[in-house]
Amino acid sequence: MADTARDPPPESTDFQELEDGEDLFPEPAATQESGPASLPAEDISTNSNGPKQDSLFDDDPEDLFAEATEEVSLDSPERDVLLSDGPSPAITPITPPTSVITPRIGLAHDDMFTHSSFDEIEEEEGGDSFDIHIAVSDPEKVGDGMNAYMAYKVTTKTSLSLFKTDEFSVKRRFSDFLGLHSKLASKYLHIGYIVPPAPEKSIVGMTKVKVGKEDQSSNEFVEKRRSALERYLMRTVKHPILLKDPDVLQFLESSELPRAVSTQALSSAGLLRMVNKAADAVNKMTIKMNESDAWFEEKQQHFENLDVQLRKLHASVESLVCHRKELSVNTAQFAKSAAMLGNSEDHTALSRALSQLAEVEEKIDQLHQDQANADFYLFSELLGDYVRLITAVKGVFDHRMKTWQKWQDSQLLLQKKREAEAKLQFTNKPDKLQQAKDEIKEEIEELEGKVQQGERDFEQISKTIRKEVSRFEKERVKDFKTIIIKYLESLVQTQQQLIKYWEAFLPEAKAIS
Amino acid sequence: MSSLQSDHYPRAVNVDLQTDATLQVDISDALSERDKVKFTVHTKSTLPNFKQNEFSVVRQHEEFIWLHDSFVENEDYAGYIIPPAPPRPDFDASREKLQKLGEGEGSMTKEEFTKMKQELEAEYLAIFKKTVAMHEVFLCRVAAHPVLRKDLNFHVFLEYNQDLSVRGKNKKEKLEDFFKNVVKSADGVLVAGVKDVDDFFEHEKTFLLEYHNRVKDASAKSDRMIRSHKNAADDINRIASSLYSLGTQDSTDVCKYEHTHKIEARVAADEDLKLADLLKYYLRESQAAKDLLYRRSRSLVDYENANKALDKARAKNRDVLQAETSQQLCCHKFEKISESAKQELIDFKTRRVAAFRKNLVELAELELKHAKVKGLVTVRSR
Repeated sequence: MADTARDPPPESTDFQELEDGEDLFPEPAATQESGPASLPAEDISTNSNGPKQDSLFDDDPEDLFAEATEEVSLDSPERDVLLSDGPSPAITPITPPTSVITPRIGLAHDDMFTHSSFDEIEEEEGGDSFDIHIAVSDPEKVGDGMNAYMAYKVTTKTSLSLFKTDEFSVKRRFSDFLGLHSKLASKYLHIGYIVPPAPEKSIVGMTKVKVGKEDQSSNEFVEKRRSALERYLMRTVKHPILLKDPDVLQFLESSELPRAVSTQALSSAGLLRMVNKAADAVNKMTIKMNESDAWFEEKQQHFENLDVQLRKLHASVESLVCHRKELSVNTAQFAKSAAMLGNSEDHTALSRALSQLAEVEEKIDQLHQDQANADFYLFSELLGDYVRLITAVKGVFDHRMKTWQKWQDSQLLLQKKREAEAKLQFTNKPDKLQQAKDEIKEEIEELEGKVQQGERDFEQISKTIRKEVSRFEKERVKDFKTIIIKYLESLVQTQQQLIKYWEAFLPEAKAIS
Repeated sequence: MSSLQSDHYPRAVNVDLQTDATLQVDISDALSERDKVKFTVHTKSTLPNFKQNEFSVVRQHEEFIWLHDSFVENEDYAGYIIPPAPPRPDFDASREKLQKLGEGEGSMTKEEFTKMKQELEAEYLAIFKKTVAMHEVFLCRVAAHPVLRKDLNFHVFLEYNQDLSVRGKNKKEKLEDFFKNVVKSADGVLVAGVKDVDDFFEHEKTFLLEYHNRVKDASAKSDRMIRSHKNAADDINRIASSLYSLGTQDSTDVCKYEHTHKIEARVAADEDLKLADLLKYYLRESQAAKDLLYRRSRSLVDYENANKALDKARAKNRDVLQAETSQQLCCHKFEKISESAKQELIDFKTRRVAAFRKNLVELAELELKHAKVKGLVTVRSR
């Protein structure tokens, strides 16, 4: 997806032009056109978007745009994105003629989605039944030695017209998933969307698989990873905005995907990421924000609490899984021992009863094992996912703070410039005065624009976050309820099995005379 | 700290004793203090040996041990399986946990603290009940044994209402005991090598040896299993309280989940009682049976040695009378032991079979009961 052929410069200059001019798109209609053919000749700026967008998608633009009320185009390669502070990809919202277009179109990169476009998405959501199912399966080892990797088959079944066909599958490797996540994160996190985090890297686990150890733990590792990848994709496509992102679509559909190199653990990009993270952490401590909105303060506190509780719960569940596995091992050992005891017992009925006991215990051990697996896959992994999700949520709140900071900074700068302007009025160097005055006036205008933009951005991100948080909470409650119910069902099954076993044993015990 | 009434706790191991009116012993009360437990031994008897028909005394663990040891050291009882001594009351682990809980009080919420405290107290109570039961079983076995019940020390133990001033063994005596055991086990190996003429005893010897080892193994494994089970139950408790504080579900769901925990803990405790204690008890009993066989073999060896000495004396025609009397003593001792040992071992088998049957049946019934309740609870909580 990161096509270097698409040079950022042409795009940015386009936008620069627009930014500087007071006029926006001359023809609002221009941006609404879906196909390249319909773009007016005089509007070069939009034209440049059109063909570019075309070539990005393999499929029929008509189909794609007919469904979507907005489109996203990725212009800069990953590397640039990581280096830049703000986002560079540009979004041109395509809105139906009836809605108001004005101020935000043509303005700089920061402004992505507008109120109306988001509303439209929600409307569409209501109409279109959410019907997409992704399965990750068939892990296959490709290659040999340290360059080996696992390839997973990603199968999508859907009835959404967003896609070419109803069912299709592609082969992806783990770094592809990570690449997708980092692209999405760079595009959406800083404007307030909660991007689901990708499963974690595990150098130890992968090395074992690469080396080719075909044992229980590496099988478990692969299964764990496969299930985590599946959950990650499902969560991503459940998000209405992310579903329509071209990166996501490309990931699901195109058979070839360029390697996402900067996701490697020991790459320079990885190191850069770590440095950025550290810098962010320091910044967070230094930014003091005047929270005017009580909702945000309350929500932030809420997420802090949730984080703590979920972590505790996760630790308890992991401990339970561990103990259950231990219990199953110990039960198996006891079963063997009881069988031996039964053998040496010379009273025949008692001997038989003891052997029966041994058998019962063996079956119970298997039950415990299965229960442990259920505990793990249902409960523990979900909790782990949510702990990571909460981190993403907190990140989104932090981005809001950063946006606010930016806004405040431009305001401060504007203030200073205005003071400088005022001072200029009182200097007595008339020849330089005019030039300086003009300069300052320009700067002030620019800054005023920036301040307005900053304010708008801040309001926008606040609004987005509100929506995202309420969506997140709904999903969370739903997820947890489903899991708990499944878990309880598995418990019931276990109990029924236990009953069967002990009922079979009881008459044997009674038969001892 | 806590006191107990006899009708509240279940018998850990039922040894199917015939309770007849001539002598009935039980532990009617127990008090747990700092580092010792005081048992109130209550006796009802129609025997003329006792001053009254019904009386109680207070005894401590060391006094039980004294009584047991006096049986073991008594040559007259060489032919009987001496009921195994009750294990020392061990509240250390439980006390440690309570202490740790007290220290960590600040770091957890009030509800968590009260819950954990209740649990630890329940655990303490369970250990307490068990140790009382063990001591009682010992006394009942002695009371049921046709010969041992007439022992004078036993009567003193039951009746003398002052402190027996039996001090625990000091270091020197413990060391002596240790060496005695070493010698005994070495001797036991030697003696075991002697093939027995009597088929019954030969068979019993091989059987007991194997059985004892396997019971030991089974007891250890069952302990481990039950410990894992308790750990898992603890985890479930913590999860239930975390879920509660999360509050994503309404509180009814979580209450039911907590129920499953309580039941898991009960299952673990019941398994402990029925299975583990049974195995532990029979571990000790089989050791006592082995000791009996050892004593018999020992006396057989002595008898054979006395025979040899007699032959030698007759050949040398010196100290013949002495050798004859000693040989006769050995012969008499050996025959006496053999006779009673046979009966004892047969009884041992009967008791063992009965105890296993009772406990296994009860174990299965309890497991069923709990599984059914758990299933019901989880179904309702959906």
